[in-house]
Amino acid sequence: MIEHFLVGLALLLGLALGFLFARRRRGGETEAVHQILLPFTGTEISRRAIDAALRLARAEHATLMPAYLARVPKSLPLDCAVPKEADRAMAMLEAIEQRAAAQDVPVDARIERGRSYRHALARLLDHEAFDRVVVSATATGSTGFSGDDLVWLLEKAPAEVLILRPGPADHRVLSVNGRPPAVPA
Amino acid sequence: MKSGRYKIFLGMAAGVGKTYRMLQEGHAEAEAGRDVVIGYLEPHKREETSAQARGLEAVPRREVAIRDVAVEEMDLPALLVRAPAVALIDELAHTNPPGLEHGKRYEDIADVLAAGIDVFSTVNVQHLESLNDQVAELTGVRVRETVPDSVLGSADEVVLIDLTPEALIERLRAGKIYPGENVQAALDNFFKIENLAALREVSLRQVAEDVESKRLVYSEVEQVGTRCEEDKVAADAPKAVGERLLALVRPQPSSQRLVRRAWRSAQRLGTGLDLLWVKPPGQAIEGELERQVTALRRLASVLGATFLIEEHDDLVAGAARVVRERGSTYIMVGESNPPKGFARLREPLPQRLMRATPPGVDVRIVAHRSLKEEGR
Repeated sequence: MIEHFLVGLALLLGLALGFLFARRRRGGETEAVHQILLPFTGTEISRRAIDAALRLARAEHATLMPAYLARVPKSLPLDCAVPKEADRAMAMLEAIEQRAAAQDVPVDARIERGRSYRHALARLLDHEAFDRVVVSATATGSTGFSGDDLVWLLEKAPAEVLILRPGPADHRVLSVNGRPPAVPA
Repeated sequence: MKSGRYKIFLGMAAGVGKTYRMLQEGHAEAEAGRDVVIGYLEPHKREETSAQARGLEAVPRREVAIRDVAVEEMDLPALLVRAPAVALIDELAHTNPPGLEHGKRYEDIADVLAAGIDVFSTVNVQHLESLNDQVAELTGVRVRETVPDSVLGSADEVVLIDLTPEALIERLRAGKIYPGENVQAALDNFFKIENLAALREVSLRQVAEDVESKRLVYSEVEQVGTRCEEDKVAADAPKAVGERLLALVRPQPSSQRLVRRAWRSAQRLGTGLDLLWVKPPGQAIEGELERQVTALRRLASVLGATFLIEEHDDLVAGAARVVRERGSTYIMVGESNPPKGFARLREPLPQRLMRATPPGVDVRIVAHRSLKEEGR
């Protein structure tokens, strides 16, 4: 009698552990696959672009990779420390992370240096893998990406590129231009 | 036995004159009456270097067979038996062939120092582990033989052999670094003005940091000479003037918030920042882990912080060792997940850190955003 009980208990324990193990593995695989890149420059980024990237990330259980692109003057080595740029980047990334956390989207941020924004983006494309890129085309060009940059991105990015059209809500930006980061709406 | 004194001649690239300067100082020590021998010298067929070595006794090298090929290596046992006052040992980053006492020459040097022998040695900046990636990106050339940064940190004195890039290229063109047939290839690849300028900056920065972390402060008590023996030991240990921040990170995205906070604090305090990952021994850095380690290295480089990897099976002991070595005054750690099972019985990490580190080191906890959000 006691033997039957012990065999049954061992069986149940095995099943429970197997279920937990499989669930953890499935979870791990999902996390490792998807990355959505959100490159930006300067001290403001369109909220539409952030929201679009977050919606996609949430729907696809993906990780959002906001990437601040920093320009390094030619007089300095490309890989020197850039504290002023980093200061701007930190505030922006903090604000984006707040917004992402509110929507349960994991974030894996980057700061990439280059001689130009396009060069920084090219360096990022070289050593990071992602499935989508979200950029916004604005009428004012204030994001720092020119039309040429966007065409270049379409040609070079080994991922699906989502370019947002200029829209009426583009004046709503997440901005940290010398002030504390904007609180997410 | 009192450990020997360790002096390292650091250069930005081959040919700046590290070995030459080491030999010069060896001669000066010998002239002052000390027993100086060459433990190992790599003159690279440079006439000036070979000439400078003349007059100094050298411990004969030993032959080691690697796949039927005989190579000459430093004879560590013979050097220890010879027991000079000062040993000159070139190229501390060198990897020994299998079968010798240690895998790396800097480990041989540790034995020599432990025997109470002073050591003068040489290394190029690109061999330092934390700078390896950065230098590879700057120059396109990756150096395989690396040494932990702690090797440089453990030196009693680091002498930077500085030379302008233009002067180094001039030496190269004059055939003073490589034989004539290799000069053009060197000029086309590694020895470009921009590469050398960047390496020079990295070297200068490295030494400046080293100096900063080794600057000593003395108490008034010491000046009037009334310290007890225990106090003397404590005051002789390196202490940074002002503050130095150390953030305990793990190679995962959630560490970035901790790095941001730590960097902001370091900026406010006007102090240096070290990022430390205590890696479990034997853990391979590959796949996703490698990606995250690279991301942390790059972030550290952008911020001007130093990324350190300490291999240790005990997080607290590993961190405490680095805290002492770097003279850290603040440790920042991320918020831990709520403990489960038997882990609840364990003392929390901040308390363990406080007990393991020198008195006066503050521990600060940075909240994990997702935990905060869950708790709302």
